[in-house]
Amino acid sequence: MKAVCWWGKGEVRVVDTPDPTILNPHDAIVRVTLTAICGSDLHLYDGYVPTMMRGDILGHEFMGEVVEVGSDVRNLRVGDRVIVPFPICCGNCFFCKNGQWSLCDNSNPNAWMLETMQGFGGAALYGYSHLYGGYAGGQAEYVRVPFADVSPLKIPDNIPDEKVLFLTDVLPTGYQAAEQCNIKPGDVVAVWGCGPVGQFAIASARLLGAERVIAIDRFPERLRLAQFHSKAEILDYSEVDDVYETLKEMTGGRGPDACIDAVGMEAHGTTIDAWYDRVKQAMRLELDRAHVLRQVLHCCRKGGTVSIPGVYAGFIDKVPFGSAFGKGLTLRMGQTHVQNYTRSLLKRIEREELDPSFIITHRVTLDDAPAMYQTFRDKQDECIKVVMRPAA
Amino acid sequence: MAALAKSSGGMAAALRARLVLFLRLMQMHIKWLSVITGTALAAFGLKRRSLGGLAIAGIGSGLVWRGLTMNDHTAGDDDHVSVPYGRGIRVERSVTVNASPEQLYTFWRDFENLPRFMQHLERVDILGGTLSHWVAKGPAGLKAEWDAEIINEVPNELIGWRSVDGSTVQNAGSVHFTPATGGRGTVVKVVLRYDPPGGALGAAIAKLFSEEPNSTVREDLRRLKQLLETGEVATTAGQPWGRMAS
Repeated sequence: MKAVCWWGKGEVRVVDTPDPTILNPHDAIVRVTLTAICGSDLHLYDGYVPTMMRGDILGHEFMGEVVEVGSDVRNLRVGDRVIVPFPICCGNCFFCKNGQWSLCDNSNPNAWMLETMQGFGGAALYGYSHLYGGYAGGQAEYVRVPFADVSPLKIPDNIPDEKVLFLTDVLPTGYQAAEQCNIKPGDVVAVWGCGPVGQFAIASARLLGAERVIAIDRFPERLRLAQFHSKAEILDYSEVDDVYETLKEMTGGRGPDACIDAVGMEAHGTTIDAWYDRVKQAMRLELDRAHVLRQVLHCCRKGGTVSIPGVYAGFIDKVPFGSAFGKGLTLRMGQTHVQNYTRSLLKRIEREELDPSFIITHRVTLDDAPAMYQTFRDKQDECIKVVMRPAA
Repeated sequence: MAALAKSSGGMAAALRARLVLFLRLMQMHIKWLSVITGTALAAFGLKRRSLGGLAIAGIGSGLVWRGLTMNDHTAGDDDHVSVPYGRGIRVERSVTVNASPEQLYTFWRDFENLPRFMQHLERVDILGGTLSHWVAKGPAGLKAEWDAEIINEVPNELIGWRSVDGSTVQNAGSVHFTPATGGRGTVVKVVLRYDPPGGALGAAIAKLFSEEPNSTVREDLRRLKQLLETGEVATTAGQPWGRMAS
């Protein structure tokens, strides 16, 4: 089959590999009909997530048709059309049972690696380094889905792929980011980063009752989309002297009630600390560029909530923890518990309250993956979201 | 190609066997090697009359002390306890499993289940009563076999066993099942004590080849948890990869 493989920093290749097979009794094989490149795939592409190996199959946003099931799979059949959430979850451990799916105890065969780095390791992820289990991803014609009874969600035939694909990751991720803000009527929510997760966080904050949403980015097409689609107020950080002062003025001197960091470890900025991070990251002294995290903690109002869907991987410094403490902030973060949201969000899509396909800018085939990774990374051609069909 | 792979594998095994033999010999003489090397280091360090030299001398005298106070336990293997107190390697590890003490006890008590999660066990045969026969894959591709007997047992609470007298790998172990707080499953605590063929030094070297006993037990318990909670052991072995010919 054709698969998109990581081939080193800044290089992906489309390679002919053997088809996946059933390895465990709860496995299923899915023929992929649509897959996407995620912003977090760019962290792999840029070489910032350790333990990638040349030849690893990428992709954690994918959907398709079940073509084979293992002997212990009870609730999926050959022919079912499914979306597959990106965290691989056993469904039976303490964490899965408590709805903390992305912290699953049992899916990661390399859990010891994450334990060594983080104290305790969470769920394995498709196509997201050996640290996260080393599972082959879904940017391929076929993919093996472990614990197929647990996570995949069946999709009715009348809804097109493009409307449901983002249930696998970016839509629930944006939704969880907004939900974690515990939005109350009258709240002002500021969202840093207007990529796909940011767009869905903005749209979800609106759905959950935020009175105003302020979208922060530097790319005009992304700000326009947030303004046009979710009626967000926009703030181009490259055009203002000081984001903190600007936000303070925009919120009557109080600061936003909740702040969402939808950027993560590869933040860009124009201030001194952003350059400091760039140098440290380039010298491999620091895994993450935490410019946005610092700004978010600094800008949030007293007693407010900071929600972090952006991915961080390692150690960071110069974090204004005194500010977070002094203002009594609530911090929420982590990989998304996708399975908590797929059903309710599918209902919203079916009722046409939500059409997540508005973020798609590029529709290509798997063969175009190498060029598309670059286009997406460099934000050329007003690229916001790339979806790929395995067949032309 | 297959023949070549086989012969190079054989060569590697032979080399490893030689390494194990060398380590055995080293271990027999390690007491005196420590003393001699330590003395030499101390003399060399003191001669340099510098801060660095003093540090070297310190390390040297440490080695001398270690050599002189070392138990020379490879000399006479005529003990009658399976692993005498203070000897061999002791490992203690716990894991919390989302299952009842009864389920865990029943699963573990059937020793034939152990190779399903203990990576280094090839098989365990029940010989009847409290006796069983264990076959393990050693660190150098070598096999080790011994008979074990259950010496202590409280249903749903604990099982204790030890190798019978005269086994090549003297070992003893126990497993304890305790309900976790708030009904959150069962804490499984394993205590293993064994005297590997390579002795203490063997374990240190094995650590370099990531066959260190502590992490082995940790991973074994992780697999036990996966088996009991999901019915399978998570794996990616055999999945496609970009550098395989299709």
